[in-house]
Amino acid sequence: MAKGRVTINEMLCKGCELCVSVCPKHVLQLSTTKINALGYNPAEVVNDDCIACTSCAKMCPDCAITVEKLD
Amino acid sequence: MAKVLMKGNEAVGKAAIEAGCRFFFGYPITPQSEVPEYLSSELPKVGGVFVQAESEVAAINMVYGAAGAGARVLTSSSSPGIALKQEGIGYISNAGLPAVIINMMRGGPGLGTIQPGQADYNMAVKGGSNGDYHNIVLAPASVQEAVDMVMEAFDLADYYGTPVIVLADGLIGQMMEPVEFNYVCKKELAPKTWALTGKGDGEKHMVENLVIEPDECEAWNKKHFETYAKIEANEQAWEEFLMDDAEYAFVSYGTSSRIVRSAIGYLREAGYKVGMIRPKTLWPFPTKAFEKLDKKIKKYMDVEMSMGQMVQDVAYACNDKNKIEFYGRTGGVVPAVDEIVEFGKKVMGGDK
Amino acid sequence: MAVIFQKTKALTDVKLHYCPGCAHGIVHRLVAEALEELDEVKNAIVAVPVGCSVFANKYFNFDAIQCAHGRAPATATGIKRVHPDKMVLTYQGDGDLASIGTAEIIHAAARGEKITTIFINNGIYGMTGGQMAPTTLPGMKATTAKNGRDPKINGNPIRVCEMLSALDGPVYIERVSVSTPAQVTQAKRAIKKALEIQRKGLGFTFVEVVSSCPTNWGLTPVKAMEFVREKMIPYYPLGVYKDITAEEGK
Repeated sequence: MAKGRVTINEMLCKGCELCVSVCPKHVLQLSTTKINALGYNPAEVVNDDCIACTSCAKMCPDCAITVEKLD
Repeated sequence: MAKVLMKGNEAVGKAAIEAGCRFFFGYPITPQSEVPEYLSSELPKVGGVFVQAESEVAAINMVYGAAGAGARVLTSSSSPGIALKQEGIGYISNAGLPAVIINMMRGGPGLGTIQPGQADYNMAVKGGSNGDYHNIVLAPASVQEAVDMVMEAFDLADYYGTPVIVLADGLIGQMMEPVEFNYVCKKELAPKTWALTGKGDGEKHMVENLVIEPDECEAWNKKHFETYAKIEANEQAWEEFLMDDAEYAFVSYGTSSRIVRSAIGYLREAGYKVGMIRPKTLWPFPTKAFEKLDKKIKKYMDVEMSMGQMVQDVAYACNDKNKIEFYGRTGGVVPAVDEIVEFGKKVMGGDK
Repeated sequence: MAVIFQKTKALTDVKLHYCPGCAHGIVHRLVAEALEELDEVKNAIVAVPVGCSVFANKYFNFDAIQCAHGRAPATATGIKRVHPDKMVLTYQGDGDLASIGTAEIIHAAARGEKITTIFINNGIYGMTGGQMAPTTLPGMKATTAKNGRDPKINGNPIRVCEMLSALDGPVYIERVSVSTPAQVTQAKRAIKKALEIQRKGLGFTFVEVVSSCPTNWGLTPVKAMEFVREKMIPYYPLGVYKDITAEEGK
């Protein structure tokens, strides 16, 4: 299975959790410690299990997610 | 170009084509349906586009799009249809876009009548849509003048970036007169570099209408009013008829001014020193015509095919509301010459 | 290592003003990506509506015009007739398209205007604060139907794809959604196809996106997407309602 890496632009994230809800590997969570300039708890990466499926990015309404495929 | 005998409604259509207009969006309504009928057959011959819209509302919003896309574009209608177009006229105005709107007025309000009227003065001159804005309003009194004004309207619209209304009436639309198409643009027109054309390799263009921050919206309005100040300074137009020795002046425009002109002949014959100021632009109203008359004129006799919608502008222009007498017919009734002669005699009395 | 998903250049860097979880952002991105992949960003002109997406002109990185409420199909008609070689789109919500602009969309479709309309159906007036829309489901609450829409009192919802597919003018009509990643993929495919058909000059193309409004539905974004799947899509079934290119291929 492919390995991937998700990067969240925390300044754009509105904490809607749509990315969290669709990640098959539970890579993402809303931060419980950070609040961004918009006043939201941004999504953050919590493990290394990303498979580069891009589901999170597809669901992100704010273009806050970049996905890389790692060889 | 030799003169050709044309019906007003067809002549204004041809005038638009002669002025380089290639896009017409409209909807049938009496007494202007010959405008879309004529253009539906003539525009395609010159590579133009005619669309019969589903409504006046849709038509004016098509005009908005075509104007935003950089085209010379025309719509025409008559009073109730123009009422429907007010939304789009406001949007076009707010966006600072050029467009020409012909109104062959009929009697109102509401469905009113299909006979000629001049009761859309307020709608055209005082607004009609929401917000602070002005239309340039041209008022032809003959088919030839309608032709010239339609052609000039495109230049004014392009030059100032504002809708221009040619405010005629059903009589001018329906009558036949010999016309020629000799208008020559007197303005230097800038290329429409702002138009929606697809951004290509450059910056994107936007036609905006929502200015949500009040400060910005106010500044947006004030910019328009800088343009309006230029228009008021430069574009007032009127005709003075037998005004050199006049002690009394009719004020009348469009079709009613034609009847006043005849009445003046009879009144002059009877010894009255009477003339006429005929506004050719209703906005900007030709206040300059009144300023130079100073106190010479004893009474201004406003004659309209309405209940007196222009009276306030005349009062403002001459700066003395007590000098104004009004005679009007409305609801599609065109006044007869003898009515106006009688009105004139009543106002002027034995003052010959 | 390769970047396999990043923001398209067909969107500007202006921050979206939409509420958290609002699918307008997803659909904006899909429209922008589709145009970019077709290399048509340079030729695109979008007519944006009145409603939550009234500022879409600031987000799309191509030419745009802000239209009067419901009139985008008329305004787009004017643009397309002037520039038949450009890609002209309308982007409209349900109040804009299916209520105040019903006449404009039906007649643009019937004329076969060679434009593409993207229709966002979330069954509610978002910008004005949750009033009943023409597409509000029976029983669904709105600030102007506080006990839920009662067809006997409030009338019935309008299924726009079904209605427009009865006309001869449209050449491609599809209803999609964006409540799952798979639906997002399909939605993009539909939008891209509509634009390709426009590019070929074949006629009017229409993509309805069944969407959500977490704020005015009173649901979290995730629950709102569940509502889309469980309540909205059964009433507004997804699929292709018209496709002359498929018929040609038969």
